[in-house]
Amino acid sequence: MDALLQQFFNLDVMAQAWPLVLKGLGMTALLCLAVIPLGLGGGLLVALASLSGSRALRWSVRVFADLFRALPPLVLLILIYSGLPFAGIRLSPFAAVCLAFLLNASSFYGEIYRAGIESVGRGQWEAARSTGLTAGQAFGYVILPQAVRNVLPDLVSNTVEVVKLTSLASVVSFTELLYAADMARSVTYNASPIVLAALIYLAILWPVVRLTSRLEHRIAA
Amino acid sequence: MPAPILDVRALRKSFGPLEVLKGIDLSVRPQELVFLVGPSGSGKSTLLRCCNRLEEPDSGSIRLEGVELMDRACDLNAARRRIGMVFQGFNLYPHMTALGNVTLALRKVLGKSRREAEEIGRAALDRVGLADKAACHPGELSGGQQQRVAIARAVSLEPTLMLFDEPTSALDPELVGSVLAVMRSLREAGMTMVVVSHEMRFAREAADRVVFMEGGAIVEEGPPAAMFTEAQHPRTRAFLQEIGR
Amino acid sequence: MTDLDRFLATFLNPAVAGQYAGAIAAGVLVTIEVAVAVLVTGLALGLGLAVLRAYRIRPLNALIVIFVDVFRALPPLVVILLAYFGLPNVGVTLSAFAVLWLVLSLVLAAFAEEIVWAGILSVRKGQWDAARSTGLGFAQTLFYVVLPQAVRLAIPPLTNRAIATTKNTALGSVIGVGEIINQAQTAVAVTGNATPLLMGALAYIIVFVPVLILAGRIERRFAWRRA
Ligand SMILES: Nc1ncnc2c1ncn2[C@@H]1O[C@H](COP(=O)(O)OP(=O)(O)OP(=O)(O)O)[C@@H](O)[C@H]1O
Ligand SMILES: [Mg+2]
Repeated sequence: MDALLQQFFNLDVMAQAWPLVLKGLGMTALLCLAVIPLGLGGGLLVALASLSGSRALRWSVRVFADLFRALPPLVLLILIYSGLPFAGIRLSPFAAVCLAFLLNASSFYGEIYRAGIESVGRGQWEAARSTGLTAGQAFGYVILPQAVRNVLPDLVSNTVEVVKLTSLASVVSFTELLYAADMARSVTYNASPIVLAALIYLAILWPVVRLTSRLEHRIAA
Repeated sequence: MPAPILDVRALRKSFGPLEVLKGIDLSVRPQELVFLVGPSGSGKSTLLRCCNRLEEPDSGSIRLEGVELMDRACDLNAARRRIGMVFQGFNLYPHMTALGNVTLALRKVLGKSRREAEEIGRAALDRVGLADKAACHPGELSGGQQQRVAIARAVSLEPTLMLFDEPTSALDPELVGSVLAVMRSLREAGMTMVVVSHEMRFAREAADRVVFMEGGAIVEEGPPAAMFTEAQHPRTRAFLQEIGR
Repeated sequence: MTDLDRFLATFLNPAVAGQYAGAIAAGVLVTIEVAVAVLVTGLALGLGLAVLRAYRIRPLNALIVIFVDVFRALPPLVVILLAYFGLPNVGVTLSAFAVLWLVLSLVLAAFAEEIVWAGILSVRKGQWDAARSTGLGFAQTLFYVVLPQAVRLAIPPLTNRAIATTKNTALGSVIGVGEIINQAQTAVAVTGNATPLLMGALAYIIVFVPVLILAGRIERRFAWRRA
C-alpha cells in the first residue's frame, strides 16, 4: 500500500514535476484552442460540401472525410509528421500536430453536422424558403440551429474526444501535458507525474463527460 | 354467495403528496364482469395496477382466491401469472413473433417445454382469431391484432382473473369491434374480468356490475341498467350521461 | 529522375514494399489479435456492468458510474503509460501486449456500459409491466425482454466504439507492441523510405472491413421486422 502511494501519489515528485506539467498543460490548451474551433468550423464546411449539389465536390469530400475517419489518428499524425518531410514539405511540429488533429476532428464533426442537418425535415426548408428567406438565411436561421440542437450530445462528446486526442502529440515529442508528465516520470523514475496529468485531464473532462451522459439519457428517456 | 375471486380492502396509494387511492373496497365474484368507469385521473389504472402489485400499494389488503398478496411470504410471480393483464398500449415484445410473445411466460414461468408451450400458444392465438399470424412480429400487425395477441398472451396462462385497462382506447374505431368480440367470448367462457373502458355499449350488454370511481374513491356501483338510468349520485349521472351519448 | 519518379520512389516503392510486406502483415496479425481480445473482454465487461447497474444497488451503481466516467474522460494513452511504466515499480510486471489489452478493454467496457445502459433506459416501461404481469421475474424480464431490445438499439453506437477501439490499438506502438504502425515506423527508420507508412495506413483500412461486416451480421441478427 505504501509502495503504491510512493509510486503513484508521491506529492514531492508531483510538486517537483508541477512547473513542467503546467507548461505542458499550456501547450495542450493551445492545441485545443486551435483544433476545436477550427474543427467545428471545418466540420461545418465538410458537412455542407458533402451535401452540396455538385457531385464531384460531394464525393471527393466524402471520400477524404471517410479516409480521415478510418485512419487511426496516431497513424494520421505519423503520416503527416514523418511522411510529409519525405515529400519535401516541412511543417513546424505545432503545425504538423494541428493539421493531423484538424483533419481528424473536421471529418468527425462533419459527419455529426451532416446527421444533424439530415434530421431536420424537408418541410422546415420549404417553409423557410416559402417565406422569402434566401438559401443562406434559411440554412443559418432555420436549419442549422435545429440541426445543432439535435446532435448537441454528439458534438460535445466528440469535443471530449478531441481533447483526449491531443495527448497523442506526445508520441512525436510535442511538449503537451502528457509528454511533459512522461518526461518528468523518466527523470524521477516515478509514475506520479502521469497520475498528476491524469488528474488534470479528469478535472477538465469529467464534468463534460457527466454532461454528455445527462444529455444522452434525456434523449433516450 | 360464492367466495370472491378478488377481494380488495381499504387499499391506499399515494404518489408523493397526491393521494390517488383513498381506501378502495372492491370484491369480484367468480365469472363476474366488473366495469370500472370514472373521469381521467380518478385512479382506475392505479387500482388495476395495484391488484397485481405492478404498483406497490401503501396499505390495504388484496386477496386472490383467499390468498393475501400483500403478505411478504406471498409468491408474487406465481400470483401475477394468475392475473392476466391487458394494457392500453398492448406492450407486445417487438423482438418476438406473436407466438413468441405468447409462449415466453409459458416456458419461463410455468416451465413448459418449447413444444408444449407452442401448442398452447397456437391454441390461444386461434382463440383470438389469429392462428395465421403466429409468425408475425408486432410491427406487422394492426393495432386490433396486436391487442388480441396481448389478450392471447394473458389468456394462455389460464388466469383466474383478467384486468383490462382501456384495451380499445388506442385503436382506430373500425378495429375496436374485433377486440370487444374477443372479450365477449372470454366472458361467455366464464372468465372473471375487471374492465376499465369507455365502451358504454359493451358495458350495457356484457357487464354484471358498473363501478363508478372519482377522486380515488368508489362513489357508486350497481347493475348497468340501473346505473345508466337511475344512478343515485348526481356526479355519476352527469358522468355516465356525458360519456354514454 | 523527374519529380514524379522521385515521389513514387519515396512513397510507392515496389522494392521496399516487397521487402516489408511480411513485417506489415505480421503487424496486421498483432493488431487483429489485440483488437479481437479487446472486443471480447471489453464488450463482455461492459454488458455485464450494464446488467449489474439495472439492479440499481446504490453503492454498486456509484462505483460503476465512477469507473465509466473515469475511463471515458481519460485519454487512453495516459492510462497505457501509467500502467506500463507505473505498475512494474509496485511489483506488477505485465507485457506490453497485456497492458494494451487490459487498458483498451477497460476503456471499451466503460463506453459499452454507457451505451447499453442508455439502451436499457430507452426500453419503454410498458415492456417491464407486461412481462412482470405474466409472472416473469426481474432477471427474466431483463434478459428475455429488455436486453434484446436494448442491445439492438446499442448496436450502431457499439459498432462505432468497436472501430474506435480497433484504431486505438495503434497506441501499442508507443510501448513497443509490434502492431502495424510500429512495424511501419521501424521499416521507415531502416530504409529511409516512406512506403511502409502508406502500407501501414492501407493495412488499417483492410483490418476494419471484417469489423464492419461482423457488425452488419450482428445488426441483422438482432433486427426484427417493424411496421
Ligand atoms: N407513476 C406515477 N407517478 C406520479 N403520479 C402518478 C403516477 N401514476 C399515476 N399518477 C397520478 O395518479 C392519478 C391517477 O392516475 P390513473 O392513471 O390511475 O388515473 P386513471 O383513472 O387511469 O385516468 P385515465 O382515465 O386518464 O387513464 C393521476 O393524477 C396521475 O397523474
Ligand atoms: Mg388510466
